[in-house]
Amino acid sequence: MAANEEPKGAGALRNAFGNILCFFILLLIGVIAFSIRLFSVIKYESVIHEFDPYFNYRVTQFLTKNGIYDFWNWFDDRTWYPLGRVIGGTVYPGLTLTAGSMWWILNSFNIPLSVETVCVFTAPVFSANAAWATYLLTKEVKGTGAGLTAALLLAMVPSYISRSVAGSYDNEAVAIFALIFTFYLYIKTLNTGSLFYATLNALSYFYMVCSWGGYTFIINLIPMHALLCIVTGRYSSRLYIAYAPLVVLGTLLAALVPVVGFNAVMTSEHFASFLVFIIINVVALVYYIRGILSPKMFKVATTLVVTLGITVCVAVVAVLVAMVASSPTKGWSGRSLSLLDPTYASKYIPIIASVSEHQPPTWPSYFTDINVLAFLVPAGIIGCFLPLSDASSFVILYLVTSVYFSGVMVRLMLVLAPAACIISGIALSDSFNILTQSIKVHLGKLLSSASVAGDSTSENSASQTEPKASKHTPGEKSEEITKEKQPKKNRKKEKEKEKGTVEKVSNKKQSEKRALILPLEVSVVAILLIVLLGAFYVIHCVWAAAEAYSAPSIVLTSHSHDGLHVFDDFREAYAWLRHNTEVDDKVASWWDYGYQTTAMANRTVIVDNNTWNNTHIATVGTAMSSPEKQAWEIFNSLDVKYVLVVFGGLVGYPSDDINKFLWMVRIGGGVFPHIKEPDYLRDGQYRIDSQATQTMLNCLMYKLSYYRFVETDGKGFDRVRRTEIGRKYFKLTHFEEVFTTHHWMVRIFKLKPPKNRIRGKVKKSKSGSKSNAANKIEAKGRQNPWH
Amino acid sequence: MAIRRALVLPLVLVLLPALISVTRAFSADSATDRRLLVLVDDLAVRSSHSIYFRSLESRGYDLQFRLADDPKLALQRYGQYLYDGLVLFSPSAKIWWLCGPYGGVGFRGFGHDLILAADPSASDLIRDIATECGVDFDEDPASVVVDHVGYAVSETNLDHTLIASDDFIQSDVILGSEKIKAPVLFRGIGHSLNPTNTMVVKVLSASPSAYSANPKTRLSKAPSLTGSAISLVSVVQARNNARILICGSLDLFSDRFFKSGVEKFKSMKKSGNEQFAVEISKWVFHERGHLKAINVRHHKVGEVAEPPMYRIKDDLEYSVEIYEWSGTSWKPYVADDVQVQFYMMSPYILKTLSNDQKGLYSASFKVPDVYGVFQFKLEYQRLGYSTLSLKAGMATHPTRLFLQSIPVRPFRHNEYERFIPAAYPYYGGSFSTMAGFFLFSVVYLYNK
Repeated sequence: MAANEEPKGAGALRNAFGNILCFFILLLIGVIAFSIRLFSVIKYESVIHEFDPYFNYRVTQFLTKNGIYDFWNWFDDRTWYPLGRVIGGTVYPGLTLTAGSMWWILNSFNIPLSVETVCVFTAPVFSANAAWATYLLTKEVKGTGAGLTAALLLAMVPSYISRSVAGSYDNEAVAIFALIFTFYLYIKTLNTGSLFYATLNALSYFYMVCSWGGYTFIINLIPMHALLCIVTGRYSSRLYIAYAPLVVLGTLLAALVPVVGFNAVMTSEHFASFLVFIIINVVALVYYIRGILSPKMFKVATTLVVTLGITVCVAVVAVLVAMVASSPTKGWSGRSLSLLDPTYASKYIPIIASVSEHQPPTWPSYFTDINVLAFLVPAGIIGCFLPLSDASSFVILYLVTSVYFSGVMVRLMLVLAPAACIISGIALSDSFNILTQSIKVHLGKLLSSASVAGDSTSENSASQTEPKASKHTPGEKSEEITKEKQPKKNRKKEKEKEKGTVEKVSNKKQSEKRALILPLEVSVVAILLIVLLGAFYVIHCVWAAAEAYSAPSIVLTSHSHDGLHVFDDFREAYAWLRHNTEVDDKVASWWDYGYQTTAMANRTVIVDNNTWNNTHIATVGTAMSSPEKQAWEIFNSLDVKYVLVVFGGLVGYPSDDINKFLWMVRIGGGVFPHIKEPDYLRDGQYRIDSQATQTMLNCLMYKLSYYRFVETDGKGFDRVRRTEIGRKYFKLTHFEEVFTTHHWMVRIFKLKPPKNRIRGKVKKSKSGSKSNAANKIEAKGRQNPWH
Repeated sequence: MAIRRALVLPLVLVLLPALISVTRAFSADSATDRRLLVLVDDLAVRSSHSIYFRSLESRGYDLQFRLADDPKLALQRYGQYLYDGLVLFSPSAKIWWLCGPYGGVGFRGFGHDLILAADPSASDLIRDIATECGVDFDEDPASVVVDHVGYAVSETNLDHTLIASDDFIQSDVILGSEKIKAPVLFRGIGHSLNPTNTMVVKVLSASPSAYSANPKTRLSKAPSLTGSAISLVSVVQARNNARILICGSLDLFSDRFFKSGVEKFKSMKKSGNEQFAVEISKWVFHERGHLKAINVRHHKVGEVAEPPMYRIKDDLEYSVEIYEWSGTSWKPYVADDVQVQFYMMSPYILKTLSNDQKGLYSASFKVPDVYGVFQFKLEYQRLGYSTLSLKAGMATHPTRLFLQSIPVRPFRHNEYERFIPAAYPYYGGSFSTMAGFFLFSVVYLYNK
């Protein structure tokens, strides 16, 4: 190394090399993050995935076609018929606006990409952004090395991949970037105390509010951290600057998003931030007064204020409690309540509980989603405590809360993933540091013993670690600084000076600390093991990206002994609807397929995945669980012309309507009590074979799913439920089958129009049979004039 | 015609309600030349019922007589019905296909009218057709209607099976504005109506003293049909406004009954049969009581064009023209009970339309403060009149031709009031705070 000859210039050169290297590493991380998510495009095709992305895609199309004002005012009359939905006011516009402006920018550069292409690739692009944001955040906490490791980990963490493969055009794709970036700016403000970053932080928070309902996580986590800092005596003016502008500006900006609006100040999710805002102001005042008054006077003042303050606080709290208690849900929305009390949703809101991603995760899902990070996290926490700074305490808090939330809902595993990546990044980089350090020391010793010039190298190697060591203690450092009131420039110089002194002091300390030097063999083996661990992680991530999370779920594949099968039934059915029905026809289906029907078939639906009206969904659920005639009446009153059911019994597609049917019964029964769940269960068991209850065998869902099913194999063997169906031969009186896809996965039925006449009494069997016999005799004798 | 052919192809029993008004067999254009198929058991009926047939012919109908067991008989050829109406004067017909979807029932299903006359020899088939229409003839094939009080006095009527009934329905539309002066002579079988059937109307019912039984045997048990529950003549108006007349007596239409006098309490020179039969056949063949609604318009007050979408709290005007077919031309229909609903799952507004005596009905109202997809629903069902059922919306809007409903949107974000008077204290408060903070900062920073 040239460093030996010219230490100062070499340091600058090293820094320059390091920066360039760092830049290219980040570039490569971005490329990895982008390309690992392209499996879905390569293995399948460039399509929008699943359910919600179809809605986002449709909204983006509207945005690019009609402009932002029409989008803002958009009242959609093609969903939730006949209620309609004010899309402009009920949608988080961040994702749509992002993709829309990307499309617009590309087009203004004459790069004619279709809206769909832009939408498909939005998520991979933003996961690269998220990786870079992770780098920035972790760098703020623990330095560049940890930052790069964390960014690399995040670039390929399976949990995030599951939500951001190409085509998964959903809010989370953008929101995770916004989340991490907001945290980064918060930490940056906390470390620098700069109002500029505080303002950027508020803007970034605004983007997060625009993007995802998960913004409440930020507006609760940051107050928690501020409170933690205050309680542990770490209050500083930097904290005030980091926190107060965020609450004021952030709340004002959040209220500008139509879907949030007054919720930003009205619902309990936001109350914590206001409470902490009050507290932080009081604390600031107390610190200020303590600076003015003598200690004795201060004591007197404290007792006075505390007694007064307590009474006022009690009064305010009483008023708040009364206000909150007067609202039926105690001011909390159902999804948030289910976060605090995991059993809440399944007890009270079947519509929330019915979504699989709202269920608590199982242990294996932790392993699939964050893999080895689960083991690295504890090590990283220890790393965060050595030494504990404002920033690292924030990361720990972030991890702890997100672990709790991920335990409540599978979906929130996504919030845990960045925290796990950051902390594991810290753990990995710390252990690499220690291990390489000890190897270096040993190698140095070996060299010195060989050439008897060891002193300088070992000293050098110690000084190399200094910049990092100094970064470990930004808290201590700046606390000393803030005591003095000095203009900024002076302060900076002062800081540098101080840094120098601190470094000199810590230099000695650290060289003493370097007693933590491990034996050479141990470190080499440990490094190998860590590399092995990383390799396993990479292999797992690539597997997860390629196999587990890339299926678009509108096209299914299955491997069997005779090769690959592709099930493209959904698009077949939607194309049929688009080409064979009137533009204005209404299609009823369970709400899972609402977004796809509006986006792909362009037909009006009754309910869709935006489950804002429980009663309307319950109406459809009731219709599906009623006998044919009642169902016909319900559908007819909603002007429905076609009913679409998803049936997997022929090919063994498990998430079909029969498997979801109990939820329809529950949701329907929640509003219309004549639908009772026990009627559909035989001895508490859900079955569709000959032991099933009459109610079950007569309900519309059963009939529509299994109509003519027996004709396929002669027995009516359902491959999902693995039984023979209970009722095989029946006719539909009020519905007629109009289309069934190739693998019977989607079946479309049409409502028959009402009969032109009403029959008289049913004739007695005797005369009936007689006339039938007469008919037959006559039929032989006379030809039908029709033919 | 093309539409009609397209409809015949799917071979359904019934029409889509939405298309009824378009595809009705009855139309003003071809009203003057309408082909009726008359099926008879015996061609002698042609002469024995000649007065009735002549009255039909004089009103412009082209009658074709066929024997019911004619093997070459066909109702339709190449998917087109050959006749616009069917008169079944063949009680003992056993034409099995008549009952099927391509026969009489299906025929009516496509909006064609039917007159069905039975007598004690009615075959199962005729009974089946009646049942399909919601009318049940007495199950005992030998029974006839007997009335020992309201019988027509004549020397041959010893078993009181020839009854004179004057229990008509009170409807000027069905039976004409002129009151039927004399009782109607009836000899035949009675029928009962399915009480849940809202489409069947009893036109001529038996007197309370009548019953249905076999007069030649002793009554061993109480007759199943008694009193005024027995309907002698009924009419059905199907959902597509096809009309059917069901009568238990073929003789009611005969020349003999038309001409004979009637004596019940007091003697009349001529029975009411001719007037009754002619008037009711006018109704059956849509010469009376047939309404049409055209030119449905709605727009905002002060505008003419139909908007693609309304906003909540818009003032709008709705108008529709309703005419009645008089047999020769469309005359304005005048009534004060036509109502329009502004409907989304339930009627938010129900308003009686005012008319200008020339057939133009209109109403104006304010759109309710609820957004969603609404319909202008006009449902007009009156005894004897054809059903008007309009769900009107964008019918005239070029891009959404088939849309029957109209969306009502909420305010746009810039349609709200910008400055609310009640909020002026708050505006004042916020601006004064800003100014105060600014002053405070200036004083604090530079006052040392």
